[in-house]
Amino acid sequence: MPATSIASFAGFGLGLRPPHYQEFLGGGVAVDFVEVISENFMVKGGRPLNVLAAIRDQYPVAMHGVSMSIGSADGVKLDYLRRLKALADRVQPLWVSDHLCWTGVEGFNSHDLLPLPYTEEAMRIVCANVLLAQDVLERPLLLENPSTYMTFADDEMSEWAFLSEMCRRTGCYLLLDVNNIYVSASNHGFDPLSYLAGVPGERVRQIHLAGHSDNGRGLLIDTHDHPVPHPVWSLYEAACDRLGAVAAMIERDDDIPSLSDLLAELDLARTHAAAWQRAA
Amino acid sequence: MNLLTVQRSMREHLICGADEIRAQIQGDSSPRLAVYRHAYRAQLLGCLRDTFERVWVWLGDAGFEAAARKHIESHPPQSWTLCDYGDDFDRTLSGLYPDDREVAELAWLDWSLRRAFDGPDATPIAADSLSCVDWNSAILRILPTLRMTSISTNCAAIWTALSEERAPPAAARLHAPMALRVWRKEFSPHFRAVDSIEQHALLMASDGASFAAICSAIAAAMEPSQAPEIAGALLASWLQDGLILAIENL
Repeated sequence: MPATSIASFAGFGLGLRPPHYQEFLGGGVAVDFVEVISENFMVKGGRPLNVLAAIRDQYPVAMHGVSMSIGSADGVKLDYLRRLKALADRVQPLWVSDHLCWTGVEGFNSHDLLPLPYTEEAMRIVCANVLLAQDVLERPLLLENPSTYMTFADDEMSEWAFLSEMCRRTGCYLLLDVNNIYVSASNHGFDPLSYLAGVPGERVRQIHLAGHSDNGRGLLIDTHDHPVPHPVWSLYEAACDRLGAVAAMIERDDDIPSLSDLLAELDLARTHAAAWQRAA
Repeated sequence: MNLLTVQRSMREHLICGADEIRAQIQGDSSPRLAVYRHAYRAQLLGCLRDTFERVWVWLGDAGFEAAARKHIESHPPQSWTLCDYGDDFDRTLSGLYPDDREVAELAWLDWSLRRAFDGPDATPIAADSLSCVDWNSAILRILPTLRMTSISTNCAAIWTALSEERAPPAAARLHAPMALRVWRKEFSPHFRAVDSIEQHALLMASDGASFAAICSAIAAAMEPSQAPEIAGALLASWLQDGLILAIENL
């Protein structure tokens, strides 16, 4: 079992992306933390690790992964976990997160976040994988709710019920992506407020905010290439009301704007969170 | 259907469009599966474009995309990291362009420079640290990011022109066998075209041969009286480029 719990940390951050490396390295960027994509730094050497060390000297860092494949029926890969552990030992992050999904099986890796059927069998497999990962990493995990574009005929529970039970069985925490809730709610026709009400609020340690796109075929796609839209801001206010003060960040992966634009968007997050605090 | 079967079915859908997964999906599966199938291919295509930037420019959008799609169809990714995807793209290109060898050679160079970028750190020795070396028993420890391959075309000149956004020269066969060596100095990957004598000498050094054995091999490949001068020049070049981590004695 993981040795420690994760203390609350209610700051505002940004995802660290290459176009902004130099500005972050220059210091003084008005963020409380940065989030890095773990796999980008799980390398043998060279400039990436040098940049990360310099960033870590100046900012708290959260590590966010995309390749753990916590839902793989053939288990999580020890080699991957050991590499991730080595990076976490080097970075001493606020926390280590990944996604409730699977990315590959039996030697195949899609490099995409693929959806799980929400069944008791999947629950047992996911929980066994989470417990192994937490043992190897010697810390609790945060797992993020994915954006999904399909659900399974065999589903036995809602995604929020799955997340809640997974936290109960493993002691893991949640990274709640508000945009993903909005996207999946639109794609599958559930009420996003029911989702918020159903997750264990005390286990949420981080919130992602992002934009999405409409693919023109009735589905919203989690593209991370637009500013956070109004409905997602509204859902974020509802999340603040439900969860209280939780670390939040803007996640942008494509059509990346200037750092000043992202900082202005992050100020909007502060404004929305402050609006909730005044109301409370 | 159990989870392993679901995941195998989804894998087969992503790779080759197999339909077994459709029965497991609620509602109209086609637009939903299309999202994942598109994302899978787009991700891999984007990865190949990013890694093989000069090949992309050399072949043009249509030629590169056709080659990349062929590669994606026959090479499902296996590594946990996307960085490993494309390690055999040069072989796919070699099959697609058997009479245009510069294409696969450009791909090898793109790939090797990318691998040198985030390869293992190592600190080379300074050129002035050779005063106490016993050259009769010396062996050279070589930089871990060093890679070499034989080339038969002017791919180095083409790559350089493309990287500088100049009009590249026409592809041409080399008159004599050459090789490319790729390495990283501090944080910057470099490459250099070298002759077959240097290629063989550097391969021997990488394999742990003594410097004396390397000198003997150079002498056997050319006019023996010129060998000491050539060996000295190679050693100076390797030191200058930061290829030597240590000189040890047997």
